[in-house]
Amino acid sequence: MPSDVEQWKDEIYGTDIRAHIERFAEEGWESIPDDETGAWFERFKWYGLYHQRAGQESYFMMRIGPPGGVLKPGQFRTMAEIAREFSTGPAENPIFGNGWLDVTTRQAIQLHWINLEDVPEIFERLEASGLSTIQACGDSWRNIVGCPVAGKDRHEFVDAETLADDLHDAFKGNSEHSNLPRKWKVSVTGCREGCGQGDINDLAFEPAEREVDGEAVRGYNVRVGGGLARNEPRFAKEIDVFVTPEEAVDVAAGISALFRDHGDRENRYNARIKFLMDEWGPEKFRRVLQDDYVDFELPSAGEDLRSEYSYNAGTTHGHGDHVGVHEQRDGDNYVGLNVLVGRIGADEALELADVADEYGSGEVRLTQRQNVILTDVPDENVDELLAEPVLEHYSPDPDAFQRGSIACTGTEFCSLSIVETKNRQVRYSRWLTENVSLPADVEDFHIHLSGCTASCAQPQIADVSLRGMKTRKDGEPVEAFDIGLAGGLGERPQFAQWVRQRVPADEVPGAIEHLVETYVAEREGEETFREFARDMDEEELAALCEPKETSYEDGFLHNTKRTWYPYAEDDDLDASPAPTNPDDTPVSADD
Amino acid sequence: MTVSVRTFDDGAWVSVDNERVVGVSELWRLSGFCPCEVGDVMLEAFVEADSTDEEVKASAVGRCIACGESGSMGWLTVGRLVDGEFRRTDPNEVQSHTAEP
Repeated sequence: MPSDVEQWKDEIYGTDIRAHIERFAEEGWESIPDDETGAWFERFKWYGLYHQRAGQESYFMMRIGPPGGVLKPGQFRTMAEIAREFSTGPAENPIFGNGWLDVTTRQAIQLHWINLEDVPEIFERLEASGLSTIQACGDSWRNIVGCPVAGKDRHEFVDAETLADDLHDAFKGNSEHSNLPRKWKVSVTGCREGCGQGDINDLAFEPAEREVDGEAVRGYNVRVGGGLARNEPRFAKEIDVFVTPEEAVDVAAGISALFRDHGDRENRYNARIKFLMDEWGPEKFRRVLQDDYVDFELPSAGEDLRSEYSYNAGTTHGHGDHVGVHEQRDGDNYVGLNVLVGRIGADEALELADVADEYGSGEVRLTQRQNVILTDVPDENVDELLAEPVLEHYSPDPDAFQRGSIACTGTEFCSLSIVETKNRQVRYSRWLTENVSLPADVEDFHIHLSGCTASCAQPQIADVSLRGMKTRKDGEPVEAFDIGLAGGLGERPQFAQWVRQRVPADEVPGAIEHLVETYVAEREGEETFREFARDMDEEELAALCEPKETSYEDGFLHNTKRTWYPYAEDDDLDASPAPTNPDDTPVSADD
Repeated sequence: MTVSVRTFDDGAWVSVDNERVVGVSELWRLSGFCPCEVGDVMLEAFVEADSTDEEVKASAVGRCIACGESGSMGWLTVGRLVDGEFRRTDPNEVQSHTAEP
């Protein structure tokens, strides 16, 4: 029997939702009938609106996904202005204040505390700037991710920016592909460094070369069925198909249609294409694609570039991320700035937009490591840009722990998360910076912190993986983490091995300190951590990270899920002002 | 009295009459889920929800924080209906999950 969600989608989905959002916004939050909230909140996701967790009723997260993370001149400023004006809530975050943008691991921006009544005006402003929230969430083509410096990169093999744009144009708002069994995540990599992270996507285009009619042609190999969620991580599987850039959209349409028709619509936990790939295997998948969904003969895979991949790969060659000053193909430079846990205050975002205009082209790009890149900076502007005060915090040369830290949204806003994440990861990284030393040649040390098994912070592909759990300490329930080690991508991607279970959150920094001290003392030459750990078994890895209490103090050990907002002075669920009017006053105060 | 019961937010909640009433990430005391006499089980996601005239039940996936056993469980009572009002079960109340609602 189809799930509730499928029935709601059958009734109204896709672009038809827009008029209803406008109607509810006009009539106010309370106009959504109580017995229809489930259906409408599910549908709103298609337009990038996700209702926040219990205690925050009437507030939404809004996601805006530019293809490949490319924000054209003016677009980052538009989002910063919207954040300052509309993305403020009834309580402050003690580290980040009130009003910010979150850069996500899928090269999108998320805004919180959005009231439904403000959505039409926000949509208008975004659209005037060439942006959209369409399909940012929900069961369809999500934001196309890819090389964030595509089109400018000296390491580019094939033009990933054009293909990301082509896919975006072909499948956003396309009624044939707007209602899929589940989310559909697509990646386009065009460089030699592998920074599209195709292995963890439902559909990945990876750079390759093949002889066609006697000529060497550059294009893409196709992989299908990657993903990290729900304790069921998979790397995408090679389906032995090569596509030219011109054919890629047609093949993508075939694969998307195959998923639309054959994906599981009865059980949402079994709906992602990785489970269909488990069932069919790559050979059958290719056969069905060829027979039923593509009307030309699919060539077999070409020669790939995976042996050169360095992005999040734990190698000593190439770039592991985009932080720092790097020369573009045209002789200008791009400057990658570290954004700790991806969060940028709205006022600082406006400052970044200013310096992007002043010293570069005004373009700002978003990376899958939650960072930003300012592009097109001529040599003569680099020193002045680097001297700007805003770059002291958003640094092109950050400490290795801060550079490597990623965190998901967590219990601050997310229903699924088990633990507080972003503020905790900031505190972890500060403590590690002050108390633990890495050798100068280790520029980044990847610690990915995810609040639950949904894995939005991509915990399985980090040097140190932290996944939210609970445990008891002195008999009381406390927030905790499972610790995994030595995951990453590259030529031979591997998921972290989970070697410590349910470590109380205040003992995690001590475990990482122990790990780093052992690594530094015992590594050979300039071995990366992943190389150091490569041949260790689970027991040896576990021995590296003995949990212990240290001078680190955790402010969120209690059950943050039982609060209406973990940082509010009175955080009890009953103290929540929600639901509220757009000025954050309780709706009940109207009576 | 009939109530509308379903899982919500990708399994993060059980909702009763469209109100999110029981969330994941709590510790529940369950017998029969794992080798422990009484497991201390953290619910990670609700899979299904259902109700009788008297009770709201849910199946979930979870993990015992004492022994580490993880996986799907049968139905557990997450709340009771008293005069049509939902009353949440105390997760510290030991219960054995059952195969059918």
